[in-house]
Amino acid sequence: MQLTLEFGGGLELLCNSVKIHNVDVDLQSQAGEKLTMKDLLAWVHTNLIKERPEMFMKGDTVRPGVLVLVNDCDWELSGQLDTTLGEKDSVVFISTLHGG
Amino acid sequence: MQEADVVKPKKNIGAGRQCTICNQRRAALKRPKTLEQICRECFYVVFEEEIHRVIVDNQLFKPGERIAIGASGGKDSTVLAYVLSELNRRHNYELDLFLLSVDEGITGYRDDSLETVKRNEIQYGLPLKVVSYKELYGWTMDEIVKMIGLKNNCTFCGVFRRQALDRGAALLKVDKLATGHNADDIAETVLLNILRGDIARLSRCTSITTGEDGPIPRCKPFKYTYEKEIVMYAYFKRLDYFSTECIYSPNAYRGFAREFIKDLERIRPSAILDIIKSGEDFRISTSTKMPEQGTCERCGYISSQKWCKACILLEGLNRGLPKLGIGRSRGITTDRSNDMKQSNGIKNIQSKQCGTLDF
Ligand SMILES: [Zn+2]
Ligand SMILES: [Zn+2]
Ligand SMILES: [Zn+2]
Repeated sequence: MQLTLEFGGGLELLCNSVKIHNVDVDLQSQAGEKLTMKDLLAWVHTNLIKERPEMFMKGDTVRPGVLVLVNDCDWELSGQLDTTLGEKDSVVFISTLHGG
Repeated sequence: MQEADVVKPKKNIGAGRQCTICNQRRAALKRPKTLEQICRECFYVVFEEEIHRVIVDNQLFKPGERIAIGASGGKDSTVLAYVLSELNRRHNYELDLFLLSVDEGITGYRDDSLETVKRNEIQYGLPLKVVSYKELYGWTMDEIVKMIGLKNNCTFCGVFRRQALDRGAALLKVDKLATGHNADDIAETVLLNILRGDIARLSRCTSITTGEDGPIPRCKPFKYTYEKEIVMYAYFKRLDYFSTECIYSPNAYRGFAREFIKDLERIRPSAILDIIKSGEDFRISTSTKMPEQGTCERCGYISSQKWCKACILLEGLNRGLPKLGIGRSRGITTDRSNDMKQSNGIKNIQSKQCGTLDF
């Protein structure tokens, strides 16, 4: 599945200072089940985060203070970890934790 | 980045998620303050108008005043500069706005963030003044860290920055300094002041305007503005800000307080405003002695001691005794007791994280 992932607010420093990643996520979802944000976060953790993963994740979700937008919509409106993803979706992660 | 302007009608979002204000457009975010689901356009309106209400209700500015915006290049001050210049036009505040930046002399950090402020100067048409540690004190932060190591550098940074902003404001001849402190910052500071037992700061840190008795009053138009909304606003508006942590900021204590606030916010977003309210409701008992304000005999800056904190720190640097003045000391000849106070740690003023404007 082709996705555009964007890291901002300092999170790009955790993935080689690259802000925008066009990725092909080849996760085998269970028969008929859609890829969710929960799956994507685990994939990002394994494949994109190169250092200090604790700045990005806490438990199985993002660290509090990291904003997530799916197709430019706050993921708090779409079910957070349960948000389902489709082909060519965009997901943005922004840390609010860096200097004012 | 360009993606944002393309509204894709997608399954789990969109359908059934109409903006609760206009009932027309697709909701784009959930407001932490009210839990409303609103669209981008309505968000801009409520975000800006709430700040306008705070400014008017608290009489933060008077027509004709010259106002400096403490600009670090980070998200808060960038959004503040943008919103204040918008509101100034829209509501005819009749303010002369300036950007005021401090160059601490930190290679790879402040030089980059200053580039952001210089772009903001052009984008928002606000004149910029930069004051540097080097020209004010004769030392850059890089040189200070080379001398003292990484342990107490935030003491220097915090004390010097506070004074540098006042000096810059005086050079600009402004009436007031507006800073980008947001509701999350203030809640965090309330907690820290409780944890440190610092009653004087606890009662001061929730005030929307401070230093009215000093040279330049400071105000915080974002006192009630959530960090989440500031970052969302900057993202949706594509505002240009800088977001790298200060390389000399080892302050774990503040970091824990911040994390705790964010954890609370996730469970109950109103926690942030509730903590501010608690801070406001604390009253200082009459038995708590507040330090008297005088002026520094050396440089004339406000000080409750013979010499101000910056002069004591500078004296230490220039005499090759950088530990002088670290810890809440009295006077300048008591090196030994300073060191003792420092080692028990409790009264250490090393507390304000680098990159964060001091209250
Ligand atoms: Zn709307
Ligand atoms: Zn002085
Ligand atoms: Zn610093």
